[in-house]
Order: sequence, then structure tokens, then C-alpha cells
Amino acid sequence: MRFSFAKPSALRKNGVLCMNKRNIDYIGRCNPRKFYKRVDDKLTTKQLALANDIAVPDLIGVVREQHEIEDIPAMVANEDGFVIKPSKGSGGKGILVITKVDAGRYYKPNGQEVTPSEVYRHVSNVLSGLFSLGGSPDVAIVEGLIQFDPVFDGYSYEGVPDIRLIVYKGFPVMGMLRLSTAASDGKANLHQGAVGVGVDIGTGKGLHAVQFDLPVDVHPDTNKVLTDIQVPHWDFLLHTASKAYEMSEMGYLGTDMVLDRVRGPLLLELNARPGLAIQIANGRGILPYLDHVDNLGNHNMSVDERVEYAKKHFSHSAKL
Amino acid sequence: MHSKKPFYILVALLFIAGIASSIYRGVENNVPFLPGKQVQSWAVDAKIKFQGTGEPAEISFALPNDPAFEVLVENATSPGYGLSISDEPQNRRAIWSIRSAKGQQDLYYKVTLIPTGITSIQAEEAPRAVSPHIWPAAEKVAAEQASEDVWAKSATNLSFAQQLNKALNASERSQNIELLLSSNSASKLFVNMLNNRGIPAQEVSALHLEDQRRRQQLTSFVEVYNDGEWHLFDPMNGTQGRPDNVLLWDRSGKSTLDVIGGINSQVNFSMLQDTRSALATSLDVMNNQGALDFSLYQLPLEEQSLFKGILLIPIGVLMVVFLRVIVGLKTSGTFMPVLIALAFIQTTLLTGLVGFILIVACGLMIRSYLSELNLLLISRISAVIIVVIGIIGLFTLLSYKFGLSEGLTITFFPMIILAWTIERMSILWEEEGPKEVVLQGGGSLFVATLAYLAMSASWVQHWVFNFLGIHLVILAIVLLMGQYTGYRLLELRRFKPLSGE
Repeated sequence: MRFSFAKPSALRKNGVLCMNKRNIDYIGRCNPRKFYKRVDDKLTTKQLALANDIAVPDLIGVVREQHEIEDIPAMVANEDGFVIKPSKGSGGKGILVITKVDAGRYYKPNGQEVTPSEVYRHVSNVLSGLFSLGGSPDVAIVEGLIQFDPVFDGYSYEGVPDIRLIVYKGFPVMGMLRLSTAASDGKANLHQGAVGVGVDIGTGKGLHAVQFDLPVDVHPDTNKVLTDIQVPHWDFLLHTASKAYEMSEMGYLGTDMVLDRVRGPLLLELNARPGLAIQIANGRGILPYLDHVDNLGNHNMSVDERVEYAKKHFSHSAKL
Repeated sequence: MHSKKPFYILVALLFIAGIASSIYRGVENNVPFLPGKQVQSWAVDAKIKFQGTGEPAEISFALPNDPAFEVLVENATSPGYGLSISDEPQNRRAIWSIRSAKGQQDLYYKVTLIPTGITSIQAEEAPRAVSPHIWPAAEKVAAEQASEDVWAKSATNLSFAQQLNKALNASERSQNIELLLSSNSASKLFVNMLNNRGIPAQEVSALHLEDQRRRQQLTSFVEVYNDGEWHLFDPMNGTQGRPDNVLLWDRSGKSTLDVIGGINSQVNFSMLQDTRSALATSLDVMNNQGALDFSLYQLPLEEQSLFKGILLIPIGVLMVVFLRVIVGLKTSGTFMPVLIALAFIQTTLLTGLVGFILIVACGLMIRSYLSELNLLLISRISAVIIVVIGIIGLFTLLSYKFGLSEGLTITFFPMIILAWTIERMSILWEEEGPKEVVLQGGGSLFVATLAYLAMSASWVQHWVFNFLGIHLVILAIVLLMGQYTGYRLLELRRFKPLSGE
């Protein structure tokens, strides 16, 4: 099973999008190069989101120069926890999560202590561009910790679950919940071992789940049945994702959102090159949805109309 | 969506241009399609001897003129003589001249020839109408009767020549022919009888090439014109066509050697067969024809060998594009495997692999100490570069002390690339653990090994340097793969759960 290959014709019949086609026909054609900064630079995304009334995690501070690193302890002195991430990072690289600040001592989600000099070195690496695309110099963003919504308790292991939606020309077409596992070390990146749960666009209910590109039924660490999940604030999430289209002007877009216990859904980041594992998590190919949107032509629909249209036509029970 | 037609036309043009120029190289310039091919060549020496009379002397000597052989090098040695070579297309001659020649004189002409494989002799223009030979009265009747007999048995000019040649060499010749042969040489008679029928024919001198023969003389053949082509006959034994290893020396129809101001002149030939590289031979030929004016072969040897390396990069790049776009393998650092493969070419595969792993392992250990120093990224990598140089120096010295000459080639590794590899591996180790390091490092080495195997094949190295058109073909393939929107091989496995089976 592990080493068997699918027939290309069977995949094509099921509308499975592949990497080459994604790169050429969707990213290359729908995402104008000049707008990439809006999604690749998380600081820009944050500022744009605020200007468009989209909620984002708190910005504690930005570190732009090496000498500013020493300001971090003062910056986070009054926080319960914080996250340091590179502004131009990708694939979850270079994100340092501190869940507990105790008298100048920092602790990671797994309880391990992080010394100030380790924080210093990490931020220094970020500024030098070690994690950024193409190795260009970067800035470090210090963000408030997300107090994640307890609805996902038992579904996620030591990390913040996030909701990924693929937005095509403004229509949310496919959704996935990403849950961290012990294997993913508290990170929600699928290639690092996080679990992806396909979510019905119409209802926000779990459909299928996948880990390491193979279907799974239960969470590997907590043994909870993954398809039982119901994502709360579903309509709000769809609206936010749909709005991100106008904000970024990217035709093929991945939006990553988290649910904060207090503040509700927050936009975490945008992705101009969203991965393809979402298809395995949903148990179906994405191409029929993309073709459906293409066939609409010029529609001039508002955000609300687009969300309604997507819920009606792109739910799993709907016939395409 | 704009039309893709211009793109496909461009790709097709690149492809056709690349293939066409390669074929032109191979067929027209005789560059061998496979490396290591040998061709035979002939070195022929002509030695002209005569007795000088003390008068001014002028020696005119016909030079080889044969479409079946190409002159590679020719030179003449003749101390004290003035030399000029007349380059008339049908009648190349060397002319030696001197104010006063007394006693025994020796002149030498040396030529190196290679077979061209063209055995037919095409006439560039139809020969002028021939004037009939006037026979002495005693032979006139015999010649006319003999000619009449043969004429009746022939249909065309060519078959007349064939029948005539047979008749002259028949075991029981007619009395007429016996009479004619008693006062004419066979070849003279053959030419004269043909000319009397208005058929252009002339005597040519030829040399039988045989390895290590000395003191050879020219022999006579007759060539007969028919339909734009000269056909070769041997009137001494009645055969038609060109025997193997016969070099037509003089096709002027005039004398081979003219000496003014000398007596007892004679010419002798000696020859030697030699095998030489087909590639070097065709380069020499192109050089003679001035076809090398704008090509890589003109560069100094050092730059040529540099280009031999550079021109391998497209092969490695093609390999990486294929493995990424069609197969779907991931490589750490897009073209890093190509650079490592280039180093492997210098070090050979096994030494390269061992050396690479040794350096990266040592580098990782030292890097783990550097990481505790909290350095800035740039200075940390700079430190790694210096340490890598140190490691390479140490390994080179050690392998020299132990007498392992393979170890000395370790210096060919690109150091900046190694330093970056060590840095990235080290970060990977910290973030994702040693398993990922082995996985990604192994993947890169795997791709580098495949690229190395492609780049080190001797026929690949031969093609990329000698058939530059191949790079246009590679460009076309790379462009085409850049448009490939189908499934990658590994995606067929990845998306297996979605195939509905």
C-alpha cells in the first residue's frame, strides 16, 4: 500500500490538483508578483488586516536591528507568553513560542526552559535572514500569545490548532483544520507531522483526517475521533477568509486563522503557495471547485454573497 | 489566457536548430558522434631526384588531387630552392626553382591524407569536346575495325568503355588489337580509341597505398567521362572502378613531373599508415578550411578544459529539473547537488562521497560549538568557511602522509557551498532533529550522485563540448518541462488515497 502508485487518469478523474499545475495554472496566473509582499511579509499582512478591520493577534513589538534585541525582556515583561516569528518566514520555520514568562525566565509549551541568550540568538538568526525566503535580511515580530479556544481540547497536542481555507478568486472553496501532535512538536505544519482534518465548507464539520499524507481516524496522541469536530464561528471564518481576497488581491490564496478564547477568530497569516495536502484531508480533489468558480466569469458578488454561494455550492453534500 | 503557440514554436525551433547543428557537425565536419573513434591516415613522401646541369632549373610537380582523400598537412623540403604551389582546382602543382643546380638534387614533398569516403569523382563541368586521334596509316584500319567490333556490342558511352577495356584484356585478343598493342601502351590505346568516338577520357596517375612501402611508382589509370561523373578504369587488367587504397595523384592529363634544367629526373614514393583520433583529425580539417574562426576549439587549451567543465552544468541542471518537476524529489538548495556533482567529477564518486560526509560531519561538530557562542549569522558562516578550509587542509595532509592520493582531490569541493550546507544542516538538526538531517543530506547526495553519473559519462562529455547544438536541445527540454502541469511521479503515491481505488 505504502509503495503503490495511483493511475494518473484516476487522479485526473477525481480532480486532484498537482504541484506543477498549481504552480503554473493557479499561482503563476492568479497571484500577481507585485502583491506578494502583502502575504510573504507578515508585518505587512498584519498592517493590511488592521486597515481592513480583520482581527489579528496582538502586536507586542517589532525588532528590526540587532541592538534592539536587548529590549525584548522589557517588551514582554507584562505578558503571560509571547511568540517570536520572522516576518518573511515560511513553512512555520523560525517560530519560537513561549507560553510562560516567570520572573524573566521563559518556558516553551512542553515546559522546557529557554534562556535569554537562546532567545537572543534566535532573534539574531531571524534578523540575518536565516529563515526568510531567499535568505534576505528580515525583522522579528513579537506577538501576543493566542489563548486558544477550549473547543479543540483533546484534539490538539501542545499547540494552537489553526484553520486553513483555500480562497479562490474570493470564494472559500476548501477548508482544513490543522492540529498539532507530539510528532509535530506542537507545530501545526502538516509536513512536520500535524494532523489535517478536512472541514465541510457548508457547515464547518469535520470530514476526513490525514497525517503524513495518509488517512487517519483518531488523533494519534489523544485518540479522539477527528471527524466529530465542529468548528465554531464558521460563518465568521468564511467571511474573514473571503475578505482577505480583496485585501491581498491574490486569486489563489491560503488563509490561516486561529480561534482565540476571548477575541474570536484571528487572521494569523496568508499564504500565496498553499500546499496540496488539504485535498487528502478532504478526501477529494480541489479542481472541480476551482473550475466551478472559473465558470462563473465576472460576477461582481460582495463578500456576503460569495460566502453564501460557497456554502450552497461547495459543501460536500452539494452536487457540482 | 494567452496563446501558447509562440512558446511551442520557440521550443520547436530550438529543438530543430539544436539537432540540425549537431547533425551538421557530425556529417559535414566529420566530428565523430562517439568519443574515442579512430580514423586511419596516410603519410606519403615523394622524393624527386635529378641531375643538375648548372643551368637555372625549374621543377614542376603535380600534387595529389583526389576527392577520396583530404589533404591534412603538406609541406615541401628543398634547401636553396624557391617554392610556390599553384592552386588551380584541377591541377595543383608545386614549382621549385633555383638559379643554378649542379649535381645530384633531391627534393621532397610530404603529405598527410585522410580518407573522406567519397569514392566517385564528380566533374564540375563537362569536359571540352575531344579531338580525334590521328592514327598512323598502318594502324588506321586495325583501329577502326576493332572499334567497330566493340561499338556494335555496346549501348552507351560507358558500356563502350567497359567492352573496349574487356577486349583489350581478353585472353584471346583479336589480331587488330594485338597489332595496336604492339606499338601503343594499353592505356594510351584505350584513351585514343575512346577519343575517336568522341568520348572524353584521359590518363591519370595513381599511387597504390600500402603500409610501409618505399620506392613506389605511380601507375596509370584511365578515367572516362559519362553523365557528369568520371569513371575509373584500369586498362592493364580490364577492371573498372576504384580499387581500395588507391590515391589519384595527378588528374591533369599532363605530365606528373616536368624538369627544366636537369636530366635523369625521377620520382619515388614511400608511405606509412597511421591511426589518429577522429576528433583531432576533423579539427585539423576544419582548421585547414578556416571553419574554426569562431568556435571553442580556438581557445587556449586551459580555457578549453575550463569550458569542458562549464558545459557539463546544463546536463546536471537538466537532471535536477527532471528529478524535481517530473519525479518530485526534494533537494536542499536547488542547484547545490549540481555543484557537488561537479566536485565529484574531479574527485571520483567514492572519494567524493566519503570526503563530503567527513567534511560535513566534522563541520557539524565544530558548528555546534560555534552555536553556543551566540555569533551573528554572517560571522558564524564566515567562521565555518575558515574551519572548512582547515578541515580540508587537514584531510589533504593526512591522506598525503598515509599515501592516499585520492584524498588529495578533496580540495575540489566548493567551500562556500560546504559552509552553507553545514549551516543549514545544523539549523535543521536543532529544529527537526538528526533524522531529518540524514534524510535531506542523503537526498541531496542521491541527486548529486545521479547528476554525477549523467555528467561523467564519456559520451555525454564528448557531446556537450563538440556538439554545442545539444545545449539548445537541453534548453528546449527545460522550457518544455517548465510547462509540465501533470502529476509528478511521487505525487501518484502521495495522492493514492484520492484515486478512489
